[in-house]
Amino acid sequence: MARMKFLVDAERCIECNGCVTACKQENEVPWGVNRRRVVTINDGIVGAEKSISVACMHCSDAPCMAVCPVDVFYRTDDGVVLHDKDLCIGCGYCFYACPFGAPQFPQAGAFGLRGKMDKCTFCAGGPEPDKSETEFRKYGRNRLAEGKLPACAEMCSTKALLGGDGDVIADIYRERVLRRGKGSEVWGWGTAYGPGKPGAQPPAGQPQPTGARS
Amino acid sequence: MKKLLMLIAVFGLAACGEPDQVVVYKQGKYQGKPDTRPWDNEPLGLAGSGKWTKGDRASWENQIKTRQMTQNEDKRIYQ
Repeated sequence: MARMKFLVDAERCIECNGCVTACKQENEVPWGVNRRRVVTINDGIVGAEKSISVACMHCSDAPCMAVCPVDVFYRTDDGVVLHDKDLCIGCGYCFYACPFGAPQFPQAGAFGLRGKMDKCTFCAGGPEPDKSETEFRKYGRNRLAEGKLPACAEMCSTKALLGGDGDVIADIYRERVLRRGKGSEVWGWGTAYGPGKPGAQPPAGQPQPTGARS
Repeated sequence: MKKLLMLIAVFGLAACGEPDQVVVYKQGKYQGKPDTRPWDNEPLGLAGSGKWTKGDRASWENQIKTRQMTQNEDKRIYQ
């Protein structure tokens, strides 16, 4: 297995916020903390509106991990970036370092007291006994230990949000784009997905994806 | 006097030194508790939930792969 990743198809996302709700419900995320959110650009402009669902991207070279002064982050064998809340001092460095705004801090009191950092765990819990009450309370549900995928991806009604092994979801996405004949013309397609599987051709009138895997 | 001048010259030259001032980044090491791995759990045993052998990573990965392919609705539509 490669690494666990999320992939969002902006052509399919309908901004229903089902992923956000699924995450909140599954992990009982407290008020004020959003592990996942939907970002829309060109909102209201007909034909130009695009939405994507954003959460922790479980970076292969995670900046949060690099800047943490107390080294609470670790990466599992499946490439999921997790952290130990018992050691977190709530300094917020990870929030500044993260390009996706994934780390969240519970706010309490009139002056916005900072709490322990909370973020998407890819529904993989944390460093507490798997499926225990402590793990659920601190990190949310451990669906990977139940043989399941993150709730947000599995709940996505249009399958805009895919979650799982990077190689597998990249294959699903590549096949989808080649079938619908739209999307392979975007910049970076060749670098990300390569020329495609032998025999896989985009429909007539569409540019042939070029480039090689980097 | 001569010795003093020599000392001043030595210290003066030492001031022209150029010590390396490049910050070397050192990767931190995880300080928290160890975590268990997902395949070290028993499957739920519920209808519709996955099946794998406890402790066997390959069988757990197979289960996850099956689950991942349910996200590919093209497979379900066009086959």
